[in-house]
Amino acid sequence: MCDCCSVEKKKDIYLPEPATINECQMLNGTEMYMHIGLDSGNPLGHMPGQFVEVSVVGIGEAPLTVSSSPTQEGFEIVVRKVGRVSGALHAMKPGDKLGIRGPFGSMYPIDEMKGRNLVFICGGIGLVPQRAFINYVLDNRSDYGEVVILQGTKCYTDRLFCDEIGEWSARDDVTVLETIDLPHEQWSGNVGVVTTLIPKINLDLKTAGILVCGPPIMYKFVLMSLMELEVPMQNVFLNLERRMKCGVGKCGHCQINGLYVCQSGPVYRYSELAGVPEAI
Amino acid sequence: MGISKLSKTDFKKFVDGLLSSGKMVMGVQAQGERFVFDVLKSADDLRLDYDVTILPPKKFLLPQVETLLTYTIPAEYKSQYDNGQMILLGVHPYDMVAINQLDILFSQDEYDTHYMCRRRNMTIVACDVAKPSKNVFAASMGTATVHEGYDVLLTDIGDGYVIETATDKGESLFKGAAGLAKASSGDEAARKAVWDKNKVELNKHPLKCKPSDIPALLEKAYTHPVWEEKARTCFSCGSCNTTCPTCYCFDVQDDVSWDRTTGKRYRTWDGCLLENFATVAGNHNFRKARADRFRHRLYRKGKYVPSKIGGQIACVGCGRCIGACIPDIANPVAIYNRLAEDLK
Repeated sequence: MCDCCSVEKKKDIYLPEPATINECQMLNGTEMYMHIGLDSGNPLGHMPGQFVEVSVVGIGEAPLTVSSSPTQEGFEIVVRKVGRVSGALHAMKPGDKLGIRGPFGSMYPIDEMKGRNLVFICGGIGLVPQRAFINYVLDNRSDYGEVVILQGTKCYTDRLFCDEIGEWSARDDVTVLETIDLPHEQWSGNVGVVTTLIPKINLDLKTAGILVCGPPIMYKFVLMSLMELEVPMQNVFLNLERRMKCGVGKCGHCQINGLYVCQSGPVYRYSELAGVPEAI
Repeated sequence: MGISKLSKTDFKKFVDGLLSSGKMVMGVQAQGERFVFDVLKSADDLRLDYDVTILPPKKFLLPQVETLLTYTIPAEYKSQYDNGQMILLGVHPYDMVAINQLDILFSQDEYDTHYMCRRRNMTIVACDVAKPSKNVFAASMGTATVHEGYDVLLTDIGDGYVIETATDKGESLFKGAAGLAKASSGDEAARKAVWDKNKVELNKHPLKCKPSDIPALLEKAYTHPVWEEKARTCFSCGSCNTTCPTCYCFDVQDDVSWDRTTGKRYRTWDGCLLENFATVAGNHNFRKARADRFRHRLYRKGKYVPSKIGGQIACVGCGRCIGACIPDIANPVAIYNRLAEDLK
């Protein structure tokens, strides 16, 4: 702590907290699941939708949305091997040390959605952040209405959390509709993009809470389908990705027009993004 | 706190005294035909008659490369702070306004201890502009003079400097300076004359609307052709960002020692005009078009940052971006005037 700030007891917003990897597992060819615990023993204190900055000592830091519900112990992330930090994370094993900052950002509307039917629309690794809210809902099942999960994945081998999706499907209080973009010999289910599942939803979309997360291109088509069905924009929530460095509204990288995604996002109500041209 | 006067000879002695006391003084000095803030070694090198410095004094608050943390592998991260005191000598009013804005931005919401630590350890001696630079338009932006943020304000009134000490730090800096006398009403009038003159003359690119009109103007200008037209010749070099006293975006990187036992995390200046400023891992660029990046800078100055700092426009009229831009497209006044004209 610097001399002047120690007087005021100001915390260094860039200082990561030590944490340890408890478990690692490849979910498919590119995605690695990690269960992490803070060395302090404290809970992370996140809410579904929030993200953390994960540091790999000697390599760097990357923003990753927490994939687990705060109702469970420790927390989970899923890392796609795309860059330097994610590449280094893929080389790590249980017992290895990480640095964690956060949680940061906005959360899913967990209170507003109470008593409402929920539709989760996920594309590929868009399932990762959504899973935090899905499991939160399932752990507080009586607080929420019907739950429908749409999952679209590019190809069969990219599918994530297959066992967990299987468990959700087996429940009689959750409907899971899954599709893959490209046909595969081992796949007998739906084929086509995730929007082809929207007409199969068997509940009133106009009153449901709709939570969308996927690659940038998916938002355009999903929103187009939802608007055709006259779903009110204020009932739709989007989880946006941007480049982030600081996570605390300073570095400027995540800015969408006037919005700092690390502060007012990553979860946005669609109606809040009207008039924000860079959002989608 | 008060207003005094010091002759130029006594002021020079005062500066020499500061230097011989071992204090770290960053003063404006000539570098070829231009000016820079750098470590002052002799009072003879100080050039308070400068027009504009190549880089703004933000480089002392947000250094081009600043270590935030150090670490030993595989142990914990440790915060790093530079607790050295520094005196900045010769900050022009527009740069002082820019620092005042950065102070708000780095202390609001999440408090940035690294920036604020440097800021608290700094004593700022501002000085009114004695010679306008060729691109200054501070008068248009309301920043030709400044009345807050500094510890001391100097004004050259010909036969000496009017010295206004505004804080305890400023007071103690000049305490006991030989030759320091209470300013006469004539001295104060001479200072006011400098201010009045600067409010007119620091205006090489007159803005045809009020600065406070800019946010509303930009509200209507998002799809205006000017962005595409100007950006056509943009090199995406980011010079407009790096020379700007209010640009504060940064990148964060890690650097590890060759034997992988220790390392540091540092931040460096970044710029929203640079091509990959908004590129995420996986190579998706959220602001790929040059015109979009070009527009973003002008919107940050005129709309986005003002919304965070109580409406103040985040362009202080120093004119550095105009001089630094090779294809000559960066002039904010040219753009705001064009919009004001077209969107009447």
